[in-house]
Amino acid sequence: MSAARGQASSVKERADLALNDEFLRKAVKFTTERLRSGKIQAAEQHGNWDDWRERGRQIRLHTIAHLDYYLNEFTNNARANGVHVHFAQTGAEAVQISLQIAQSKSAKSVVKSKSMVSEELHLNHALEGVGIEAIETDLGEYIIQLAGETPSHIIIPAIHKNRYQIADLLSKEAGEELAPDTTILAGFVRKKLREKFLEADIGMTGCNFAIAETGSMVLFENEGNARMVTTVPKTQITLMGMERIIPSWTDLEVMATLLPRSATGQKLTVYMSGITGPKRSADADGPEEMHIIIVDNGRSNQLGNPEFQELLNCIRCGACLNACPVYRHIGGHAYGGTYSGPIGAVLTPSLQSNVGEWDDIANASSLCGACYEACPVKIPLHDMLVFLRRRKVEAGYDNKMETIGMKGFAAVAGKSKRLITAIKLGQLGTKLVARDGGIRLKIGPLKGWNTYRVLPSLPSKSFRDQWDKLQQEVKQDTPAMDPAMKARMEAFQQKRQGGNGHG
Amino acid sequence: MKVSLFITCLSDAFYPRVGEAMVRLLARYGVHLEFPRVQTCCGQPAYNSGYWDEARATARTILDAFDDSDFVVCPSGSCTYMIHHYPDLFKDDPAYLKKAEQLQSKAFEFTQFLVQVLGVTDLGASFPYKVTYHPSCHGSRLLGVKDEPMELLKHVRGLQFKPLPFANDCCGFGGTFAVKMADISGAMVSEKVDHIKESEAEVLVGLDMACLMNIAGNLRYRNEPVRVMHLAELLYEGVKEA
Repeated sequence: MSAARGQASSVKERADLALNDEFLRKAVKFTTERLRSGKIQAAEQHGNWDDWRERGRQIRLHTIAHLDYYLNEFTNNARANGVHVHFAQTGAEAVQISLQIAQSKSAKSVVKSKSMVSEELHLNHALEGVGIEAIETDLGEYIIQLAGETPSHIIIPAIHKNRYQIADLLSKEAGEELAPDTTILAGFVRKKLREKFLEADIGMTGCNFAIAETGSMVLFENEGNARMVTTVPKTQITLMGMERIIPSWTDLEVMATLLPRSATGQKLTVYMSGITGPKRSADADGPEEMHIIIVDNGRSNQLGNPEFQELLNCIRCGACLNACPVYRHIGGHAYGGTYSGPIGAVLTPSLQSNVGEWDDIANASSLCGACYEACPVKIPLHDMLVFLRRRKVEAGYDNKMETIGMKGFAAVAGKSKRLITAIKLGQLGTKLVARDGGIRLKIGPLKGWNTYRVLPSLPSKSFRDQWDKLQQEVKQDTPAMDPAMKARMEAFQQKRQGGNGHG
Repeated sequence: MKVSLFITCLSDAFYPRVGEAMVRLLARYGVHLEFPRVQTCCGQPAYNSGYWDEARATARTILDAFDDSDFVVCPSGSCTYMIHHYPDLFKDDPAYLKKAEQLQSKAFEFTQFLVQVLGVTDLGASFPYKVTYHPSCHGSRLLGVKDEPMELLKHVRGLQFKPLPFANDCCGFGGTFAVKMADISGAMVSEKVDHIKESEAEVLVGLDMACLMNIAGNLRYRNEPVRVMHLAELLYEGVKEA
């Protein structure tokens, strides 16, 4: 299945694979429904949710607007704490730095907690390429790694698998039949991973937030594996997207309010770790050496771009995926990139800046705005999807048939006389193909629509055809307006002239 | 005061009955709608597909059509919201930018106009059926029309309101999306209709004929006998009956 997905070249082809996969659709629906209703409940219980979203947004807007300042502050403080801070402009550079550190430690194995940046870099392949074992320790990531797949959700990597499929995978690994019982399956992985934690030379993590004022990195997780990863091995490497910064611990309070609630509906994440440098002499545990690799990999392309800079505000909660009615039906792999769902549909082409190659992902959206509504930092993803489509057209990667269609549309809809002619032609055409007031033909442009619907036929008279008669009829029995109503309308007008538009 | 009807190209061609209901309902309150014949389409198909030059061509027609109106009333939240994009489209054209900002402040979706501007929530309508409501995405999420239709429905005599499961989920229309991504769109509309069936409603009501055409098309394809109406139609039928 994953091989077929790899060969499918367009989002449409990949979506068709998903749409025909009943297991996947059931599993994705089941979990996204649970997560999004949890999120809605948690937001309601918390109260003033939109105010908190606005607070979160302001913190992110401010930080990204002054990213150079805060990155500098963070780096200086982290270095003062004894952390080795590295900068990687590209994914390849980040991989190279990681490998150099691993090789300088003669590492044989790396235990990893969940990191989307690591997925972005395909780091596991690179580590394995130089003979270093890389083990994912987040349960979902571990499952995906065994299956040889990529995550299909930002926070629930194995969302597309049900427990029977997972039991099959883990049974193979265990060399014995494991019952499809979540406690048994998690128990097996837990035992297996304990050994791996103890053997590992390096612990590798992502980074949810980096606190500039103290040079600390903060991890949110539910399984405790990230805490194992950051305490047991002697060397720690943290991969951090350059936009993960927030100014202070006070700001973290807002993020800690928004992130778990938006992600899973939890009031608190189970483990929240703040790490400020390697082990000190009085500490019982922790790494002796700590590295933070700050990764750009296309992020800085968004800086200074008024249409896309807010993308860097994303806190990777996955709420937009859970709210998205398209993701609900096609899952994450159909998006074809590391990041999926609405954020992935915008992030992937933006990070990679290769408009031509990713031109179709932005089309996999009905622009319903559920992503924007769910986003804890109010990123207008629905607008960005339109900007991407426009960018594609402007860059000359437009679909030529569509361009002809749109030029025709503008010619017809730009002038009422032409529109009237077009409607007249439609009315004539309708007479030829309609049966019972409906059109069921499945040919040409009607094929997609009529595979799932019946198109209504055009009535013989349009509204404008009926207007004169209607106007005459209505004129006769329109009473005088109630004075109070008239006053309301005048008040609206006055307010408007005062410069206050509604809505 | 000049109150103009922005019928939308879809309702003009496919659903003139929605325009008629609006005209006759508003006339009862002394609002005499006028209809600038030069109006066409809001330009959304081109705008959303990334063809902004083409969108500007039709947007100019709309801006000219309603230049001297005091209020513009429209039976679609989505087409009304499209007007909110006009200032962005004309940010480099000062003359049209001014018109765009003016039109944005005087354009109202039908229920917004009824409830916010006229202050009407009880039309004295009677409609003794089981009714469910699909809140269209652009109207409810982006334009913010959430309470108005519920207020209006609440005051209809005999109407039994049936909540729609997952009401806020998109119906899958999405303009050209329904053609370009036909199978995803098909999966979405099929699920919407499943939920409408679950609601046990006899009538589906909404504020956007594009979404309703999509849903009605799937209902008909599956031979489901649910009647689909714009809220203006329901209210007009309700006041005629009352």
